[in-house]
Amino acid sequence: MSQAGPGSALAPSLVMTGVAYAYPDGHQALFGVDLRIQRGERVALLGPNGAGKTTLILHLNGILTAGAGTVHVGGLEVAKPNLAEIRRRVGVVFQDPDDQLFMPTVGEDVAFGPANLGLRGTALHARVEAALAAVGMADFVDRAPHHLSFGQRRRVAVATVLAMEPEILVLDEPSSNLDPASRRELAEILTTLPITLLMVTHDLPYAAQLSSRAVIIDEGTIVADRRTQDLMTDADTLAKHRLELPFGFDPLAARAATP
Amino acid sequence: MGAGHAHPIYREGRTPIHAVPAHVKLVALLAFVLVVVATPGTWYPAFLGYLLILALVAALAQLRIGFIVSRLVIEVPFVIFALLMPFVASGERTDLLGISVSEPGLFAGAALLMKATLSVIASIVFASTTSPRETVRGLERLRLPQVLVQILMFMLRYLDVVSGELRRMRIARESRGFTARHLGQLRVLGHAAGALFIRSYERGERVHLAMLSRGYTGSLPTLDRVVVPAATWLRALSVPAAALGVLLATSALS
Repeated sequence: MSQAGPGSALAPSLVMTGVAYAYPDGHQALFGVDLRIQRGERVALLGPNGAGKTTLILHLNGILTAGAGTVHVGGLEVAKPNLAEIRRRVGVVFQDPDDQLFMPTVGEDVAFGPANLGLRGTALHARVEAALAAVGMADFVDRAPHHLSFGQRRRVAVATVLAMEPEILVLDEPSSNLDPASRRELAEILTTLPITLLMVTHDLPYAAQLSSRAVIIDEGTIVADRRTQDLMTDADTLAKHRLELPFGFDPLAARAATP
Repeated sequence: MGAGHAHPIYREGRTPIHAVPAHVKLVALLAFVLVVVATPGTWYPAFLGYLLILALVAALAQLRIGFIVSRLVIEVPFVIFALLMPFVASGERTDLLGISVSEPGLFAGAALLMKATLSVIASIVFASTTSPRETVRGLERLRLPQVLVQILMFMLRYLDVVSGELRRMRIARESRGFTARHLGQLRVLGHAAGALFIRSYERGERVHLAMLSRGYTGSLPTLDRVVVPAATWLRALSVPAAALGVLLATSALS
């Protein structure tokens, strides 16, 4: 799923060094974040509401520009002249699929990103088909987004960024508002994608299922960075940052059940 | 979703009228309406001719008369205005069913009624054979500025989303015992409208972020390059051409 580009051959998918950011109103959201994600890694970014998760995501594709520090995606620095390529490399799936799916039909929406990259004709068509097939929505090309169920819309939202063949897939609360079956279907799809994955969530079981490494961000800094399994069994650290496993969830049993 | 079918005027079909590309149909519609409007108000045979042309097109599009008549309701404000004209216009008076009315007003009212009705019927035939999405595409091909095309497209996409939010707000209101009984309660509805505006504004910002994240730089990529064969243009333009023929024939006869 990756393309050759400047410096992308062996560089890590994501390197953030000392990223700090304050909103124009003076509220500081990030205080020097360091994060390195190797190619192919699956990382969960955990944290309570207001910890700076969404602010961090918006730094990855240059919507927000760090007041201090740097962000590199596949070896390419996130900076004005590189923005087009950066936005190809970073596929952000936002929380509300109605925000992400803004074109009149599913097919046009999936085509939006690659068309902005200059693809046309059969190449574009193939891209759209492959992306929709990857999320099991190939038969819905001509449907209007508002005729789909919520789970289907979220899957199409994933397809819209897959169509850009990103270096790293970033999901903002991928499990929110999904019913159990949609949640499982999305998990099955995400597991099959051969891609670097960063999922932002406070749904700990979902993180345990889909990621091997978990990072906790709180009050604008990274406060923990460990194997997901180890973090899940560390109740003290979780509790300190307002994270909790749902009632009855046993991380050890879950690990045993994971293939 | 429930609210996913908010375009009741469009009838799906596979008729020759449906098959004509939207921009060609738009040009034909505009030309037809121009001919109708340019006809002097007292050339009644011409108007009858136009009506026959429209009836033929509607028959080709497999539209029922009842369907068209029910959609004509949109014309009601014009009808009221046209009916008022004989009473409010100045000029010579004449007797109509024992009531004294203005003669120029009577003719002007009749002309307005006929022209408006014919134009509205033509528009209904267009709208019921062209999906909203196709209409926007047609406008885009006719070089409507990109900004307007995008506004129309987002309106199509988010109409259902926003009306869904409106519906949920109404249900939440009513669930807490609110019913709009007297004008004093307009204040509550005003707040609801304000809240809806803020929500839509914020959604607009989020959509913009999502667009930027996928490489949006100000214009939507145009994907379709349609080449319309001359024969299709000719067939579509034969409708306003026939109307023009009727106009010229009437002019020669009078």
